[in-house]
Amino acid sequence: MDFINSHILSLMTFLPLAGAAVILTVPGGRDNLVKTIAAVAAFLPIPLAVQLWFTYDRTVAGVNVASQFQFVEHYSWIPSINVEYFLGADGISMPMIMLTTIISFLAVIGSWNIDKQIKGYMALLLLLETGMMGVFCALDFFLFYVFWEVMLLPMYFLIGIWGGPRREYAAIKFFLYTLLGSILMLIVMLALYFNTTDPETGGHTFNMLHYMQQSTHNGWLQGFDVRILLFLGLFIGFAIKVPLFPFHTWLPDAHVEAPTAISVILAGILLKMGTYGLMRISFPMFPDVTRWFVIPMAILGAINIVYGALCAMAQSDLKKLVAYSSVSHMGFCLLGMAALTPAGMVGASFQMFSHGMITAMLFFLVGVVYDRAHHRDIDGFGGLGAVVPVYTFFITVAFFASLGLPGFSGFIAEAMVFIGSFGVFRTIVMISASGIIIVAAFHLWALQRVFLGPLNPKYAQLEEINAREIFCLAPLAVMTLILGVYPMPVLNLMNASLIRLVDVVKMVI
Amino acid sequence: MILGNLDSLRYFLPELAITTTILLLIAVHVVGKNRRSPAAALLALVGTGTALLFAWMTPAGGGMGLFEGMVVLDGFAVFFKVLTALATAIVIFMSIDCLELADRTQAEYYVFLLSVLLGMFLLSSATDIVMVYLALELVSIPSYLLAGYLKGKASSTEASMKYVVYGATASGVMIYGFSLLYGMTGSTQISEIGRVLTMGTVPLPALLAAVMVTVGFGYKIAAVPFHMWSPDVYEGAPTPVTAFLSVGPKAAGFAILVRFFYTVFASPGDADGMWKLSSSVDWPFLFAVMSAVTMTVGNLIAINQRNVKRLLAYSSIAHAGYMLMGFVLLSAAGLKAILFYLVVYLFMNLGAFYVVVLVENGSRSEDISHFSGLGRRAPLAAVSMAVFLFALTGIPPFSGFIGKVYLFAEVIHQGVYWLVLVAGINSVISLYYYARILKVMFLEDPTHTGELSVAFVPKVMLAILVVPTLLLGVYWEPVIRIAESSVRILTN
Repeated sequence: MDFINSHILSLMTFLPLAGAAVILTVPGGRDNLVKTIAAVAAFLPIPLAVQLWFTYDRTVAGVNVASQFQFVEHYSWIPSINVEYFLGADGISMPMIMLTTIISFLAVIGSWNIDKQIKGYMALLLLLETGMMGVFCALDFFLFYVFWEVMLLPMYFLIGIWGGPRREYAAIKFFLYTLLGSILMLIVMLALYFNTTDPETGGHTFNMLHYMQQSTHNGWLQGFDVRILLFLGLFIGFAIKVPLFPFHTWLPDAHVEAPTAISVILAGILLKMGTYGLMRISFPMFPDVTRWFVIPMAILGAINIVYGALCAMAQSDLKKLVAYSSVSHMGFCLLGMAALTPAGMVGASFQMFSHGMITAMLFFLVGVVYDRAHHRDIDGFGGLGAVVPVYTFFITVAFFASLGLPGFSGFIAEAMVFIGSFGVFRTIVMISASGIIIVAAFHLWALQRVFLGPLNPKYAQLEEINAREIFCLAPLAVMTLILGVYPMPVLNLMNASLIRLVDVVKMVI
Repeated sequence: MILGNLDSLRYFLPELAITTTILLLIAVHVVGKNRRSPAAALLALVGTGTALLFAWMTPAGGGMGLFEGMVVLDGFAVFFKVLTALATAIVIFMSIDCLELADRTQAEYYVFLLSVLLGMFLLSSATDIVMVYLALELVSIPSYLLAGYLKGKASSTEASMKYVVYGATASGVMIYGFSLLYGMTGSTQISEIGRVLTMGTVPLPALLAAVMVTVGFGYKIAAVPFHMWSPDVYEGAPTPVTAFLSVGPKAAGFAILVRFFYTVFASPGDADGMWKLSSSVDWPFLFAVMSAVTMTVGNLIAINQRNVKRLLAYSSIAHAGYMLMGFVLLSAAGLKAILFYLVVYLFMNLGAFYVVVLVENGSRSEDISHFSGLGRRAPLAAVSMAVFLFALTGIPPFSGFIGKVYLFAEVIHQGVYWLVLVAGINSVISLYYYARILKVMFLEDPTHTGELSVAFVPKVMLAILVVPTLLLGVYWEPVIRIAESSVRILTN
């Protein structure tokens, strides 16, 4: 028990990897055994997440204070260059850790109907979970970078082998885009390494928390021009992941071609890494440049919101529509963060959590209809509401949640973003608000075309959603509803840290 | 300390072991009835192993001059001896598994291989320009023979011919440079040459000599613009030879490049691990440009290759470009990064070629289409190939990433930001063509049906190459320490 408590984040990170290793030893042909092992390996982090939930002290902030991080594991890894194995959680990472455990497990369940090379698929999926969990737990920049890159490999194969018709193109496009961003991040990381010193030992360090202490930066790193360049290097790296306009073009391709469960993970968790990286790394390390850069960030956020929504409206492919709606929704995160107010920041973080659940639902639902009809053309359906009422119920819930109807978590998040940012940049927020209308419009329009109107006779015998699929959707739907009415459990988790983050960026403390 | 001829012999055991083996192999060749018997390969393996052990165990102390100062025994030389012997041993295994070589006389092949090894040992420890020249030729001439070893194959003969012509030109230019240096300084000892050049020299002849010597060394490491021979030679030569040339002589070329330029044109500075230029020749800038051009040209041309061997040839040009980054920084950490990179490069590059050999055995062709569906036809080989390719790209958690981190880090540390940006963009480009192989192996359905059977020994060898590629990506402290101490001895 002691071991579990003192290594809880490591266990959550590496249990899936262990599961992947076990899966590789299973002889061929035992598909159900493979799936069961994968499900167990992806489930095991959930009880640990529950343990985290109940023991996490919500009153301390973390962010840039090492002593306030919880569940810390701190070991030397490569002493000669001071790379450390340093994990810890605070209010910025806690919601993401929770989200990762849930979505990953549901993604494994949602992959139950994969029959092509299931061993490789499940092993890669679990490796992906290790990478994602590691990114959210790592407090050493080198370690963070390794986890960040480790995710690319499984993602490439998962899209490339199990994806749709244009999967090869989508996979390599995703890989090249993200690697370009990563290399920029690597260069910035090394520049930081050589221009900061560990206040305790005087040597160079990869410790992120030291980078946040401006006193560790040497003369070169204090030059504002240099800081702008380094900030932009990181920003592009993260922006590609979010993805922010104009770096978003990989996303529709990757989403459309990826198998259902991978789209779920991609939209549900991977995109959040971009905004998480901004909160965890860019903002507290370069608070001065962040303040200088808020207007461009807010504008980029607004472009994402409006442009993403307009693109979504123009789509005839249901999955592409959902993909572009993600672009739009991630814009809210950026807008809220750029405001540098507690409400905006909390709204952004809550949007990350809430969008993770909602978009996961949407992609699951698109996958359900695609499995049965083998196409996703919005105009190719019609009147499905009468044939598959349960499915229609779920997709209506998900669409309403996604368009920001009060009573769902998305509404709370977007409202907080607007409240937090309205006082700071009014025009931009007003333009962004028009995005909400477009978002509502394309959701309702798509809903109408697919589920209402005269029944397309081709789909009169369409199979209803099954129990396994409901199992994937119901927890998400319930959580979205509960958090839409009473968001405090998640807000409490992040409040202290995000308020501290705002203070750090504004250099109040 | 400089030892006489007889006293030197007991520090010369690795080279003696190789020489003995070569003589035994010739005897086997003359006496042996069955010219295809595996005895020759085993003998070569034993000889290489012995040389490796002797090299490893030699007390590398304070840099002893052997044979009246012709070669030196220091940590730097030992590092390269162990590295090249290891590469040779792996290539011997690869040659045993290679069907292309199976119907040819065995013994003389290994004689050539071990002669190159002997040349590489001498090259990495040479401290006299006459010795440098002799060692370089000892590496080159058997290499020509190896490249043309498949007599019946037109491309192999072409490879050999091209190699000879380019090699002769390069070494001719180089020895002209050496003669200029001798004329200016009156000595053949590189330390003495360096000392005299420091005391105010005519800059132009020194610059000319530096450029000419660069031609010779640049040819060995296949740096642009002296790379022209390598794609054709790499494509035409038997695959194990290609693998060997892309790792062994390249590493030895780096050894002499570093030793020569750092001894002749630079001297250890006061600051920690930093060097200063002791002559007016600004070779670091020259080589920085060369590094950028080499990696860019290598990567850009690799994009369009359909022959995997040729693709890997261009990729190995690009890797020489990456390694040159560490050479231009005049810092011990830069050299350390090169040494570390050579270790990881050895495993990942030989590994990639090993898989090419296995595929070639099944299909008699290196065209990329023969890799299609390898993920299903030979999962172990395909997964190993994926590991090697990711490592070559420089993606964690594989060793190539760590190698690149050290190179990039030192370039950033010394503030040569344009170079690191070029290298970064190059890494992204390289992913594109490495991923093409991945795509064919895993994403496409097999066009050639039937399982590709991989025997037990190649499986073990693949594992032996994969494990360090993975392990050095996760824990590399011991190797970086060895690299560090090997460089430190050079700086004293």
